[in-house]
Amino acid sequence: MRRFASVTRGVAWRSIHNTIKTPSVLVPSILFPLFFLAAFAGGLSKIAQVPSFHYRAGYTAFQFVFVFLQSSAFGGVFTGFAVARDFDSGFARRLLLSAPNRGGIIAGYTIGAALRWFLTGTVVTIAALIAGMNVDGSGIQLIGLLGVGLMVNLVAALWAIGTAMFLRTEQAGAVIQMPVFVIVFLAPVYVPLNLLTGWIHAVAKYNPATVVLEAGRGLFDASPVKVALAFIVLAAGAAVMAAWARRGLASAERAG
Amino acid sequence: MSAAPAIEVENLVREFKKGPRAVDGIDLAVEPGEIYGFLGPNGAGKSTTVLMLTTLLPPTSGRASVGGYDIVRDGAHVRASIGAALQEAALDAILTGREHLMLQGTLQGIPRSDRARRTQELLNRVGLSEAADRRVGGYSGGMKRRLDLALALVHEPRILFLDEPTTGLDLQSRTALWAEVDRLAHEDGITVFLTTQYLEEADALADRVGIIDHGHIVAEDTPENLKAEIGYPTVEVLPADVSLGDGFASALEGFGKLVRGDDGSIAVQLPGGEAQLAEVVRALDAAGLHVASLHLHQPSLDDVFLAKTGRKLEGSSDEAEEPVEAPSRRGRRGRRGR
Amino acid sequence: MVASGLSEPHLLAQIGAVARRSVIRTIRQRGLLVFPILFPLILFAINGSALSAATKIPGFPPVSYRAFLLAVPFMQGALFVAVTAGVDLARDIESGFFNRLAMTPVRPSAMLAGQMGGPLLVAAIQSVIYLIVGIATGVGIASGVGGALVLLALSVLIAFGFAGVGTLLALRFGSGEAVQAMFPLLFVTLFLSSSSLPRNLLKVSWFHFVATYNPASYLIEGIRSLVISGWDARALALGFGFALAILVLTIGLSSLAMKNRLQRS
Repeated sequence: MRRFASVTRGVAWRSIHNTIKTPSVLVPSILFPLFFLAAFAGGLSKIAQVPSFHYRAGYTAFQFVFVFLQSSAFGGVFTGFAVARDFDSGFARRLLLSAPNRGGIIAGYTIGAALRWFLTGTVVTIAALIAGMNVDGSGIQLIGLLGVGLMVNLVAALWAIGTAMFLRTEQAGAVIQMPVFVIVFLAPVYVPLNLLTGWIHAVAKYNPATVVLEAGRGLFDASPVKVALAFIVLAAGAAVMAAWARRGLASAERAG
Repeated sequence: MSAAPAIEVENLVREFKKGPRAVDGIDLAVEPGEIYGFLGPNGAGKSTTVLMLTTLLPPTSGRASVGGYDIVRDGAHVRASIGAALQEAALDAILTGREHLMLQGTLQGIPRSDRARRTQELLNRVGLSEAADRRVGGYSGGMKRRLDLALALVHEPRILFLDEPTTGLDLQSRTALWAEVDRLAHEDGITVFLTTQYLEEADALADRVGIIDHGHIVAEDTPENLKAEIGYPTVEVLPADVSLGDGFASALEGFGKLVRGDDGSIAVQLPGGEAQLAEVVRALDAAGLHVASLHLHQPSLDDVFLAKTGRKLEGSSDEAEEPVEAPSRRGRRGRRGR
Repeated sequence: MVASGLSEPHLLAQIGAVARRSVIRTIRQRGLLVFPILFPLILFAINGSALSAATKIPGFPPVSYRAFLLAVPFMQGALFVAVTAGVDLARDIESGFFNRLAMTPVRPSAMLAGQMGGPLLVAAIQSVIYLIVGIATGVGIASGVGGALVLLALSVLIAFGFAGVGTLLALRFGSGEAVQAMFPLLFVTLFLSSSSLPRNLLKVSWFHFVATYNPASYLIEGIRSLVISGWDARALALGFGFALAILVLTIGLSSLAMKNRLQRS
């Protein structure tokens, strides 16, 4: 247990340290969510005038929840990029050789992903509040939203870490990113599910990301919906992705 | 009347912002048809000099002419007269060797009717005919360098700049490139300005060598004269019975300066050159002295560099190293163990 | 100036030689084209459906959202062309191939124009693909066949201007990483425009302000007008005008940057 903890601590520290010390990595990861918030909440605010659009907290809050959770997902994805880079540079081999408990490597990266998202999420939240966003959820509900965000980050990070360990090259970036991007954007991003029509409604209805997003939005405007289901979906996702990451690690170990 | 130098440099300087002077007032002249070796460690200023002479980098001050044209005022004429294979092979991994040559030929103004013929000629010459239609990304290091040389020759320049052409090549590729460079100069009469950090390359190829260090030329002459200036060949004898060292010293002291080593060996300079080696052997034989080993050491350009700069050239870099005792005080001891 | 006995190639021949290389490189790296062509189409599919409710906003033009949105893939494609052009040139600079070309009599203008060969081929191909996909998904081109051809021409012109941006970044910074790092900023430009809603429906004042002064809005509206309005002289004039202005500006600045980069006498 102690070895696991020490490896986890070391990898997590390096992950967050490298992020902070590399502006070319840190700045885009903070700017992009801000910029999505500005573009969607600012550029699409008239969507709120569409009949049947109901979100008590307003369109800015509606988009904030999406951006908050999207930044969480992509925080996990960016960690996968870092893992892939470690393989390309040879550092991953050093890590595998020296870590007394290799499971700690995965744990360390996921903690690094969560810490990185903590930075981004804080900045996005402050920006949205400055923009005059309404917050209708109670303290417990907001903590619930934070919990949803952490779970999303965990699922995405485990997916990204596992994929990076399977492919072991920076070229894996597109493979890591695209599925997350598609899943996230095939959810009710711009309007609620009831306002989607056509094929995208059919897809979004069964997309697990929709349950998570709706739960998050419900928590934020004090009308919680499907929260338990969302956490079950996320827990299942985390279990599946943890197994994926473990298999990725095994693949990396076999490759030497 | 002697022809004007093919390359003439007068007090050439290149400074970089917030950095030292990479080239700090060098003077040199290269005669037509000569192979001039520009020898120095990494960071000495070799490549910067080449970039200036090939007009890719303007000098900070000083003047130089290449092919009779001023490098600042007549850059276009200079480029028309020269070919260059610079430090990076600078090839496009996606194109084939033939496509490189055809592109170069087009840009150099070779008529369409001659381009294919010239391309094939050069491919044959550098031994790349079979690989001509393969992408350069799949070429070995030696093949890339040969293509690089072929590209430099497309427009039949009279002056060729080669910047560390054999760095990273295996022995076979290096030897093949040397042979081609030698042929270009001594059969085709092309003037070659060759930069290198390899002693044996300068020694083997160059008609004259300029040694550059920290932006200054510290020595310039033929390799033989440079080495002769430093010292004579030395023969190092290890007696079979080291207790007989005094006897060896008596037998050898008549030849030249003696140095006795801690391991019982005796080194003696041969002012008469390596031809004296036979006399040394006869003298030892006549005295009934048996040797365990006998080595003949020739002064090298490394010794020249060491004498001029206090540092060895091989293994040196642009970072300051601790000065080494000059060879005149310790004879050839410093060469032992190499 | 060429070697004695040779004659200096005509400017067009020089451009042709450099462009030929650029096109060969593009054709031989076909796999790299998949993502830049596919990604705008994926976004078009997703956003075209996800934002279809926007047509219910009072004041939205009486067309499908997909028709409204079709202009955007052409712009996104142009951004990818910008990155491709920039990264290609930056790689040449990093590898020294740029110096190799500089040693020949090739003129800087020929180097600049020729480098665009491959990226422009990509722009032409992807524009045709976007148009075909748009029509296949039910979007009608209000300006007809002639309008479709004008749309393709405008799209390629826009891509040419954006390729100039990529080239300028490459000449200025000399590194592929720096060019790619700028890509998000270019993407921002696209979002802060009338890409998702007409300008008159941008409610948030600062957003409306930025979109009004963002040239990307007029480029998008120029293309969009051919799809949803027919022949709108004002929109076309603004679209072509801005496209030409961007082209002239970026090529002009690139020429200066080229001179600095070459440093040769």
